[in-house]
Amino acid sequence: MSLLNKHETLERHSLALTLGILITVAIGGIVEIAPLFYLENTIEKVEGMRPYTPLELTGRNVYIREGCYVCHSQMVRPLRDEVERYGHYSLAAESMYDHPFQWGSKRTGPDLARVGGKYSDAWHVDHLKKPQSMVPESVMPPYAFLADNTLHYDTIEDHLKALRFEGVPYTDEMIENAKADLIAQADPNADYDAQDALIARYQEASGREGTVRIADYDGNPEKVTELDALIAYLQMVGTLVDFSAYEADDLDNRR
Amino acid sequence: MSTLQTTRRSAAFASIGSVAAFAGIFAILALLIASHAADPLMGVHAWLFFGLAVVGLLALALWAGSLGDKDPFDQTVYEDTIVKFGVAVSMFWGIAGFLVGLIIALQLAFPNIMYFDQLGWTNFGRLRPLHTSAVIFAFGGNVLIATSFYVVQRTCRTRLAGGMWPWFVFWGYNLFIAIAGTGYLMGVTQSKEYAEPEWYADLWLTIVWVVYLLVFLGTIWKRKEPHIYVANWFFLSFIVTIAMLHIVNNLTVPVSLTGSKSYQLFGGVQDALTQWWYGHNAVGFFLTTGFLAIMYYFIPKRVNRPVYSYRLSIVHFWSLIFIYIWAGPHHLHYTALPQWAQTLGMTFSVMLWMPSWGGMINGVMTLSGAWDRLRTDPVVRMMVVALAFYGMSTFEGPLMSVRAVNALSHYTEWGIAHVHSGSMGWVGFISFGALYCATQWLWKRPALYSLRLVEWHFWLATIGILFYIVAMYFAGILEGLMWRAYNEYGFLEYSFIETVEAKHISYIIRAVGGSLYLTGALIMAYNLVRTALGHGAAAESARPAGAPAAATLQPAE
Repeated sequence: MSLLNKHETLERHSLALTLGILITVAIGGIVEIAPLFYLENTIEKVEGMRPYTPLELTGRNVYIREGCYVCHSQMVRPLRDEVERYGHYSLAAESMYDHPFQWGSKRTGPDLARVGGKYSDAWHVDHLKKPQSMVPESVMPPYAFLADNTLHYDTIEDHLKALRFEGVPYTDEMIENAKADLIAQADPNADYDAQDALIARYQEASGREGTVRIADYDGNPEKVTELDALIAYLQMVGTLVDFSAYEADDLDNRR
Repeated sequence: MSTLQTTRRSAAFASIGSVAAFAGIFAILALLIASHAADPLMGVHAWLFFGLAVVGLLALALWAGSLGDKDPFDQTVYEDTIVKFGVAVSMFWGIAGFLVGLIIALQLAFPNIMYFDQLGWTNFGRLRPLHTSAVIFAFGGNVLIATSFYVVQRTCRTRLAGGMWPWFVFWGYNLFIAIAGTGYLMGVTQSKEYAEPEWYADLWLTIVWVVYLLVFLGTIWKRKEPHIYVANWFFLSFIVTIAMLHIVNNLTVPVSLTGSKSYQLFGGVQDALTQWWYGHNAVGFFLTTGFLAIMYYFIPKRVNRPVYSYRLSIVHFWSLIFIYIWAGPHHLHYTALPQWAQTLGMTFSVMLWMPSWGGMINGVMTLSGAWDRLRTDPVVRMMVVALAFYGMSTFEGPLMSVRAVNALSHYTEWGIAHVHSGSMGWVGFISFGALYCATQWLWKRPALYSLRLVEWHFWLATIGILFYIVAMYFAGILEGLMWRAYNEYGFLEYSFIETVEAKHISYIIRAVGGSLYLTGALIMAYNLVRTALGHGAAAESARPAGAPAAATLQPAE
């Protein structure tokens, strides 16, 4: 075992030992993670994906802040029961604009990857305020305070800019009009021109009609609340990709 | 005053002064951010940082002023005060972390009485990261810093390097814990599991960690033993690898330099694999190699036997750290991660079984010739049972990493059972063993205050773990099978909420197990305090005639 005898060199030279450790632990990560950035078939080519609207983005930030990912995954696996329970299995493309990702690791509550459009806005309001009022056996905490919290979006342009820096395709126009877009999406009675502009901007990015929804999500017309934003996000999760046009068996989509 | 004394004094004041200046710069930076905070959360954190830094500086000034002619960093003795602080703080954070764990267990068991609809900070989503970080980073991290400082001095037969800088590491790390913990309660999180703190806390931890590495290496550089002892390889791999993982996984773009929010640099599938490369190796290098280092010092020392096999330690050390880093993708089976990465992750996870058991075998077999200690010394028994749990978890891990098994186990309570058998059984018990040993040795007591209380701790904690993991294995397999159950007509048999309802009893049993574990830790804290105070069997009068009073400089193993 001459190799083992040479180990003495490492035991006598701390920098060699440190460097040896660093090289040994670097290899696995480089081989596994680096190719994901350049292998083209890592992310499928789909129709319908677009960046989050400002309201949805702030809602997603509420989702992150409250730790929803702790109990809810957003990743439907291609297993028979999951596809039947939740809907089409999740694609890598569906989280391509997600910084950070929200796939989760535990289902204390159900998966939310396809929750968008599954329930009415009113159901979400009641359920978030007191989950047991809708589902008596639920172990979910209440989020009634979100209905009172005014949504803060003073710096929303900076949020979009940070994401654009990371490669999310926000246009100059989207960034300039971020505040107007946010207000327009939460208030059906707002300026119709602003609503049309919002829809045009994000529909164009999506390449698909019907991906932007305008509503008074929390049913309180007096102000834009955190509940508005959260429900706006929940109602669009997993709805962007046009699965009628997606060919799962296509060779390009085999991974 | 001799020239030598003068040189030592000026070196001591240089190190104290440099730490003070460094902390002062960050205090001023915090003040600047506090006065320009873009959001209230950042304001709270900047003021908190500033306040704690000022308190630290004042304490430092008072202490330095009281030194007189004393050399605070006397090179002829070990720096043990910092280890004593570490032991106390570890015990405190341990109890806090277990308590939060018990609270969130009760929330899932009794949601109708444990939630308050206007108090967002008491909700499960905010408290769960508080629990995981408190036990892993506050309890585990402080145990690792304290024991690594203890072990590296004794195995190198030299005082810690850096004068005041080890204290910077200790307080700087606990400052990070304070920022992280208050952040979770306020909702400051980047949502990456076990890496939730936002960008500014991450930057601060990076600075502290680099100093930690330098203090550790600096101590090795001035060692009086030709060889670097095996425990120090493990500590070194823990420090170096955690630095690499922490930096890459926390690459993020802040929205503003005075705001708390940032957006992760990587997105979607790349972010997912980076996260679980980090997440799994936080287990591998924080909770495994770090605690194996503890095992490699405290078990041989406590039973007074040499490590079983030097060759085995070399082989399992290098294979363990090489293979561990590949295992991350097994957290992403059947997800949108490309299958080639999943397969690689699974393959290496299965291979990981052997080097893991190499460590277990090396630890357990170290008792050769001293097996009677299992019966007579509950502290030894605790550390050996820790290795048994380590062996169990590192067999179960490869099993769960197999795709077909993972299809059932993933997203269920089985995962919770697995991590708690590893964390309460392995990490908890080896830490308790090390803290018992360190307290007795640091305060130079002939024995612990009461071995009977250690027996109580051992059995309460062991039964607590069994209650916990059996309940969660049952719940996990139950819900996994219920999710995929079909009825005779070919429809899904159960709605999701029926699977939640089915776990109610398991949740209650789990909370009972957790409360037993917490009770054991409270008994331990009492025992440690009494030992440090020199009561009972720890009293000086109880020392057998002729036994050495103090652990003097001894040859390293």
